[in-house]
Amino acid sequence: MTSKVLSVSRLRRVFHGAVAVDDISFEVERDEIVGLLGPNGAGKTTTINMILGVLDPTSGTIRIEGFDIAANRASALEQTNFAAVYAPLPGNLTVTQNLRVFGRLYGVSNLTERMGELLDQFSLKDRRHVKSGVLSSGEQTRLSLVKALLNRPRLLLLDEPTASLDPATADDIRARIREFAAREGVGVLWTSHNMYEVADVCHRVLFLSHGKILLEGDPKALPREHGKETLEELFISVAREPLAFERS
Amino acid sequence: MRFHRTSAIVLRQFYLMRGSAARVLPLFAWVAIDIVLWGFITRYLNAVSTAGLDFVPLLLGAVLLWDFFTRVMHGVSMAFLEDVWSRNFLNLFASPLTIGEYICGLVLTSVATSSAGLLMMLALASAVFGLSFFGYGLPIVPFLLVLFLFGIALGIFGSALVLRFGPASEWLVWPLPALLSPFAAVFYPVSTLPYWMRQVSRLLPPSYVFEGIRAILAGGDYRGGGLAWSLSLAAIYILLASLFFARIHRHAVRTGLLARYSAESVS
Repeated sequence: MTSKVLSVSRLRRVFHGAVAVDDISFEVERDEIVGLLGPNGAGKTTTINMILGVLDPTSGTIRIEGFDIAANRASALEQTNFAAVYAPLPGNLTVTQNLRVFGRLYGVSNLTERMGELLDQFSLKDRRHVKSGVLSSGEQTRLSLVKALLNRPRLLLLDEPTASLDPATADDIRARIREFAAREGVGVLWTSHNMYEVADVCHRVLFLSHGKILLEGDPKALPREHGKETLEELFISVAREPLAFERS
Repeated sequence: MRFHRTSAIVLRQFYLMRGSAARVLPLFAWVAIDIVLWGFITRYLNAVSTAGLDFVPLLLGAVLLWDFFTRVMHGVSMAFLEDVWSRNFLNLFASPLTIGEYICGLVLTSVATSSAGLLMMLALASAVFGLSFFGYGLPIVPFLLVLFLFGIALGIFGSALVLRFGPASEWLVWPLPALLSPFAAVFYPVSTLPYWMRQVSRLLPPSYVFEGIRAILAGGDYRGGGLAWSLSLAAIYILLASLFFARIHRHAVRTGLLARYSAESVS
C-alpha cells in the first residue's frame, strides 16, 4: 500500500481563458496535515473542488488512495470527505437527520454508534434534535466536521474549518482533528487564513498564488528560510510580491 | 448502483415530509380541489346533456389520471428542488453518490408521493362522485404505468432544465404538464386537433391513454396496440431524460456551474 493518500499531478484549470490553477503537483501522505495557503482568488477552493470531483480539471490527474477521480469517482470519494464554510448541511433537517442521510450516502456501518461518538466529541449531543439551520455558526461548523469524519475518510479536505469558531473552540477542534488524523492515519488538506493555526497544525504548507505553488515546506522553518519572522509575514510577502517567490 | 445511497435521497425527502405539513398538504389539497370541481361539473353535464354520455368516467376519470401524471412529474421535480433550495448540491455531488443513484432516489420519492395523491383522488372520486376504476377494465393498470413513466421522464427533464439554468428557472418546471395537455387530448379525441397538433400528439404517451379510455367507455374494440407503443415511448423518454440530466450534470461539472450553482453563472 502506498503512503500517499492524495496525488495531484500537473493540475490545471482555466475559466474562459483565465488560469485559476496552473499546472500544480503535490501529494498528501497518511498522517500528514498539509496547509494550502494563499490570498483570496489564489486557486485554493478551485483545487479543492477538483479534488472533490465537482469541477473538472482542464488537464492533470487526481488520485485518492490510488483511485483516479476522473475514472473511478465513486471509489475515490468513498475515501474522502470535506467540510467547508460555504457548504453547510441542509438547514431544514435536524442534526441527527442530516447525519443519517450523509451516513447512508457514505455507506457508514454502525451509523448510530458512530454518530453518537462524534456528536459527543464535538459537543453536539444536546443539539441532536435541533434543525441544523437554527444552530449557531460555530455549531454548524462543528456539525460539518462531524459529517466530514463520519465515514472515517482516508483524505479529509477542510476549507477554513475554524473560520467561525471562537479561539477556545477552534483550539479544541484543531486538537481533535490532529488527534483523528494521527490515530486513523488520515491525510488532511487544510486551507486557512489563520497563520497561527496553520503553523500549529500543519506538517507542511503549500503557498499558492495566481494558481501556482510558489513555496512549500515546514511552516515552522519556512519563514526563516525566506528571511521572515513569522508565517503571517511570509504570507503577506507572497501575496504582495508573488513574482519574488516564483519557482523556476 | 448502491441502494444505500439511493435510500439516502429517499430518507432525506421522508424527513422533510414528516416534519412539514406545508409539504404534505399540497400532495392532497390540489388534487382534492380538482376532483371536487370536476366532479360537480360532470354531475351538471350529466344532468343537462341529452347525449346519454356518462361524464363521470369520461371527464372526471380523465382529470384524475392527468392529475396523477402531474403529481408524478412534480414529485420528481419537487424532490430535486429541495436540494436546490437548501443549496445541497456540493454536499451531495462531492459524495460517492452517482447521478443514476440520485435520479433513482428522486423517482422512488415520487412513487411514494404520487401514490398517496392517487389514493386520495380515488377515494374522493369514488366516494362522492361514484367513479370506479373497474369501469376501465384491466387496461387501467398499463394506463397508469404509461402516465407514471412519462411523468417520471418529464420530471427528470424539468430538473435538468433547472440544473442547467439555475435556481431562478424553477418556474420552468411547473407549467410543463399544462403545456402538454392540449396535445395529450385529455378531454377530447385526438381527431379534434389540427393536423400539426395530431403529429405532436402521436409523440406523447398520455394521448394514447386518453384515446384508449374513450374507446373503452364508448364500448369500442380496444386492442391495446397503441398501449404497447405508448409504453415504449414513455420508456424511451425516461432514458432520454436521464441521459439529458447526466449530460447537463457533466456540463455543470466541466464548466464549474455545479461548484458555484447558487451564483447561476460560471463567469
